[in-house]
Amino acid sequence: MTVLFGVFLLTLIVITALAIVQTQHLFVAVILAGIFSLLIAVIFFLLDAADVALTEAAIGAGISTMLFLAALTLTAEYERSGSANRLLALGVVAVTTLIMIYATFDKPRLGDPAAPVQQHVAPWYLEHTPEAIGIPNVVTAVLASFRGYDTLGEVSVILTAGIGVLFLFGAKPRRQSGPQRIAPHEPGRGLRHYLIPRVVGQLLIPFILLFGLYVQFHGDYGPGGGFQAGAIVAAAFILYALLEGEAQILRVLPQRLLTGLIAGGALLYGAVGVAGILLGGSFLDYSVLAANPITGQHIGILLIEAGVGITVTGVLISVFHALAARGSV
Amino acid sequence: MSLLLHVSSWVLLSLGGAFVFIGGVGVLRMPNLYTRMHAASLTDSMGAALIIAGVMLQAGPSLAAIKLAAILLFLLLTSPTATNALASAALLAGLRPEEDTSSPEECGE
Repeated sequence: MTVLFGVFLLTLIVITALAIVQTQHLFVAVILAGIFSLLIAVIFFLLDAADVALTEAAIGAGISTMLFLAALTLTAEYERSGSANRLLALGVVAVTTLIMIYATFDKPRLGDPAAPVQQHVAPWYLEHTPEAIGIPNVVTAVLASFRGYDTLGEVSVILTAGIGVLFLFGAKPRRQSGPQRIAPHEPGRGLRHYLIPRVVGQLLIPFILLFGLYVQFHGDYGPGGGFQAGAIVAAAFILYALLEGEAQILRVLPQRLLTGLIAGGALLYGAVGVAGILLGGSFLDYSVLAANPITGQHIGILLIEAGVGITVTGVLISVFHALAARGSV
Repeated sequence: MSLLLHVSSWVLLSLGGAFVFIGGVGVLRMPNLYTRMHAASLTDSMGAALIIAGVMLQAGPSLAAIKLAAILLFLLLTSPTATNALASAALLAGLRPEEDTSSPEECGE
């Protein structure tokens, strides 16, 4: 049954991908990309990768669609038909496809217990997580503690991306010379004149924030963690910005505070690592943070997940602000 | 009792599936945006509600049933709102419902 669902979903993914390539209308492409991400999230879920599925659904289908739409208000509606190097592109794609198909011949069967991925380090993690970290969700243990360096790298990537976007778009917006608005209401007022979306949105925002906090702090026990929680909290703030207007959200969360959050989250992560060194362990070794090594691991994971969540929230909201200040969102 | 639960659950699931199917057909066959939205909202409201009710009967009195009820509540709040926002956006963009229905050549699309 799972295989049948998998084949069905993969077929849908291929169709969606072809439709994205085919369409010239950028808005359609963005919506299709959101559908694409949602389908991938369902496949991840079918493969029992709940953490990754949650990330893909929150970031891929949710936030990035939102940011793409915000970016679309700054550009044209249709793709320019470029004819340069069509044959070269086709050649590269064909060769890559052939190599990938060739590579699948050596791939072990799906879920094969003898496959290298199940035999290499996975058994060690599964065996040692209860005694070394003491949390039920092995994914969080691997992500936050065993492979803490990798996650620090990911946070740095997000930090760098945020800084890049702020550099590109953060300069003084030129509101007067920007594209003309079609909507009748004044710029930056959001959907204030529309009663139903406002009422329902305001009803839902507290619950979205609560769910974000749940995903953040329940990451040790179930699927979740800083990345997903950051995306969900950012989505709540962006929804508020859409409903009440940019000016209102900037009053709640000014850009200076956001910049502080972006840097502060990554700094918190780094500081936990340095604290490990100062207390006599190695960098990002949480065992020395408390008298009991397992309690130390809990504190360390809680802090670095908070750092990840803060940075992700700050970057996503900042990127939205940067795009919205230029366009007419 | 168990048989009754199963039968009613499957009836609900099939009815929900039928509503989703009708909604899908409607989106493809309806002549303009507003009628298409009407068809699509069938999937969101009736289809989703019946399917979730069917799954709730399968889940029995458990935490899963409460979660499903929360999802249902969320869907019942958001999908009509989304439909409303979509319709007012279309109206703002200048798509008049009565103009659209008067052009029969659009029906083929």
